[in-house]
Amino acid sequence: MSGNSSYNPTGAVEKWFDERLPILRFSKEHLMDFPTPKNINYWWTFGAVLAFILVIQIVTGIVLAMHYVPNSELAFNSVEAIRRDVNYGRIIQGTHAVGASMFFAAVYIHIFRGLYYGSYKAPREILWILGVVIFVLMMATAFMGYVLPWGQMSFWAATVITNIFAAIPVIGDPILALLRGGFAVDNATLNRFFSLHYLLPFIIAAVVGLHIWALHVPGNNNPVGVEVKSSHDTLPFHPYFTMKDLFVIVVVLIPFAWFVFFAPDILGHPDNYIPADPLLTPPHIVPEWYFLPFYAILRAIDFDMWFISSKLGGVIFFGGSILVLFFVPWLDRSKVRSGNFRPLFRPFFWLFVLNFLMLTYLGAQVAEGIYVLLSKVGTAYYFAYFLIILPIISRVERPAPLPASISESVLGKAEASGEKGQ
Amino acid sequence: MASEATSGTTRRDFLYVATGAVGAVGVGAAVWPLIDQMNPDASVRALASIEFDLAPVGVGESFTITWRGQPIFVRHRTEAEIAEARAVPMEDLKDPATDLERVVEGKEQWLIMIGICTHLGCVPLGQKPSDAKGDYNGWFCPCHGSHYDIAGRIRKGPAPLNLVLPPIEFLSDTIVKVG
Amino acid sequence: MRMKGPGNMFRSLVLAAVVGLSGGMTGAAQAKVVGLEAELQDWSFAGPFGTYDTNQLQRGFQIFQQSCSSCHSANLLSFRNLSEEGGPSFSEDQVKALAAEYTIFDPELEDGERPATPADRWPAPFPTELDARAANSGALPPDFSVLAKARGISQKFPFWAFNYFTAYQEGGADYIYNLLVNYGEAPEDAEIPDGQAWNNYLARGLAMAPPLDDGFITYDGEGVPETLEQYAADVTAFMMWMADPHLVSRKEMGFRVLTFLFLLAGLMYLVKRKIWADVKH
Repeated sequence: MSGNSSYNPTGAVEKWFDERLPILRFSKEHLMDFPTPKNINYWWTFGAVLAFILVIQIVTGIVLAMHYVPNSELAFNSVEAIRRDVNYGRIIQGTHAVGASMFFAAVYIHIFRGLYYGSYKAPREILWILGVVIFVLMMATAFMGYVLPWGQMSFWAATVITNIFAAIPVIGDPILALLRGGFAVDNATLNRFFSLHYLLPFIIAAVVGLHIWALHVPGNNNPVGVEVKSSHDTLPFHPYFTMKDLFVIVVVLIPFAWFVFFAPDILGHPDNYIPADPLLTPPHIVPEWYFLPFYAILRAIDFDMWFISSKLGGVIFFGGSILVLFFVPWLDRSKVRSGNFRPLFRPFFWLFVLNFLMLTYLGAQVAEGIYVLLSKVGTAYYFAYFLIILPIISRVERPAPLPASISESVLGKAEASGEKGQ
Repeated sequence: MASEATSGTTRRDFLYVATGAVGAVGVGAAVWPLIDQMNPDASVRALASIEFDLAPVGVGESFTITWRGQPIFVRHRTEAEIAEARAVPMEDLKDPATDLERVVEGKEQWLIMIGICTHLGCVPLGQKPSDAKGDYNGWFCPCHGSHYDIAGRIRKGPAPLNLVLPPIEFLSDTIVKVG
Repeated sequence: MRMKGPGNMFRSLVLAAVVGLSGGMTGAAQAKVVGLEAELQDWSFAGPFGTYDTNQLQRGFQIFQQSCSSCHSANLLSFRNLSEEGGPSFSEDQVKALAAEYTIFDPELEDGERPATPADRWPAPFPTELDARAANSGALPPDFSVLAKARGISQKFPFWAFNYFTAYQEGGADYIYNLLVNYGEAPEDAEIPDGQAWNNYLARGLAMAPPLDDGFITYDGEGVPETLEQYAADVTAFMMWMADPHLVSRKEMGFRVLTFLFLLAGLMYLVKRKIWADVKH
């Protein structure tokens, strides 16, 4: 958005600079003056939290790369050397590992907030798609990062996940060999994963730049879902939202620090303290918690469909569960954005959240008995929510009346709570 | 209402200043580990000083050990070599130092130096019996032709200084601690 | 819980949902025969306030040195670690003397061997994996360095969820302790290969014969019982330290960091409230 800038260069030097590189003008416009709906709630602070964690991950990651050795013979011990001998190494390594979990916790909150308040709807489709791109890049980065310590879980995660590509008909096996750089996961795989793990965060940062650009064209959505009508509906980003976001960042740092300092290993798996052994698969391999829902979907397809083998089917559903997110803006046709005004949408949304949690739980269980059945039900609902429920609801639902503007909703609420208070 | 809240008076508000100060302390405390991690780690620091036994080194023999990743030249000098080193007049030296200044008193036969040429960092020859020892019967740097005498002093060539002495301490008659 | 047939499908689904919601689902749901339920120990290093007991670590080291280390390596342990803060805290001179008792293979030396220094790693009992297997009837004694973190116990559903709040990270220690104290007679129907010893905790034979027994190591000083349980607890504590040597300093720093964060969060909340005070939102 342009035209919000109140930047007036004072003095000849600033003016000279502004005419050549208006970076101060740009910063003031987008980081300070940007008009932000005044009614956005705390769920909207997680974008800033995510940006903050991305910086933490990049900084600690660069530091760790100064000590890490991407070689299958040395990797495990080099990570241990970081923990044992490098100054503050235990803390820095713990921060990076726990940081991945915090990153995903925050991104899930961010995504579900978008799903509930309809933040993907016009004119924010590109904003949403860029967000899904970031999510996919995050998953790739986290996966490759998990391989680097070269423990048993690292190795078998790399083996199982690269094997997914072998399910692709005809070109699957050549792709598998290409990804691994060998006939099995080995030193070549570790080296390229390290290279890509270092590269991808910077691509994420670039897409985050686009994500924020795409955000600043239409501006923020808000809990009411009614577009900004006048300057009465907004507040400047600074200091109102900078300080609110900073407050939440500090609050998020509390559980973050709790894990780093008091339970750095609790989010991982004991088997990853066993050095990688290509001849021995651990009895019960599980991915990191943040991949579990998708892992449950992958495993739920244990039957052949038509000419599609169960292996390919699992991969299709696994890929589809993420791909479907790209199409959400066109699957949900309701004109009303916010779930607050969609009585029929709400129960299905919350069921979707519960279902997602259930899939997370199931992803960690052994694939047998009731767990397989529940995984199938969960997978079915996951897809039905996007492909059937959302399109149908948007046709049949009668939304609650919307307020005329953000200001009206805010003032009405304020008066009501004011009366109660007195 | 927005601009009033951020105007000059509230900016100086004690709460804001205090929060800013506390936040700055936090940022500083978080940055320090990220810098300190570049310092030598515990395994490197553990090798900052080493001990070794001189007993197996016979008179007139040399040997080289590694200390902090650098070669340490140890030479068990003969009486003749000590006499030769002491006889050199100070005015002949580019970097004047008496022989006694370069050894531990009472242990004049042991010359212990960092084996790195003070010119551009090559390792001089002269440790092995078959090596070239230069014009002064000590060490010779093949890179740019610096000649060191039997006290490790620079006598000829581009090097500006004598071979550097590491901090040493005799723990017993033959056990030496370097560093 | 396994029900087959389409007729039972709906019922099992409803049942599972009810059971799931009431939090009765089991955590790992192992169908395998698992031996005993792990008896959780009251470790001195457990929880946010836990620290290592220096005396216990010294006793544990004694057991490790006199018993375990004849078969098990500890490749990531350096002698110097034994005198570092937060560990067994032997004096530097003690460690120096201890190291000198061991021989290190050094390819740079003519004869290839020299006495160890504090900077050296703990020498492995066998030069190669093949040698280790040959000396242990085909089994490879696992390296001890991070073993206490490489094992865990399985807990049922609601209980593991509490771990995130109690910071329970002693699953590996509890596993090792329970393994050590639960050797016994094999049940009659169990078949175990020759030369293996039955372990009740794992409910299977182990290549390692019972390594500890009452009174087999004499502790200096008095007051510490020389029992299997005490030995097991001591050596387990030592192994935990070996796997996580900076536990104490890490937690100390954690308290400083958390105190700071709570203070800053409080201040930030006040700042936020003050800035928003005159805005209706």
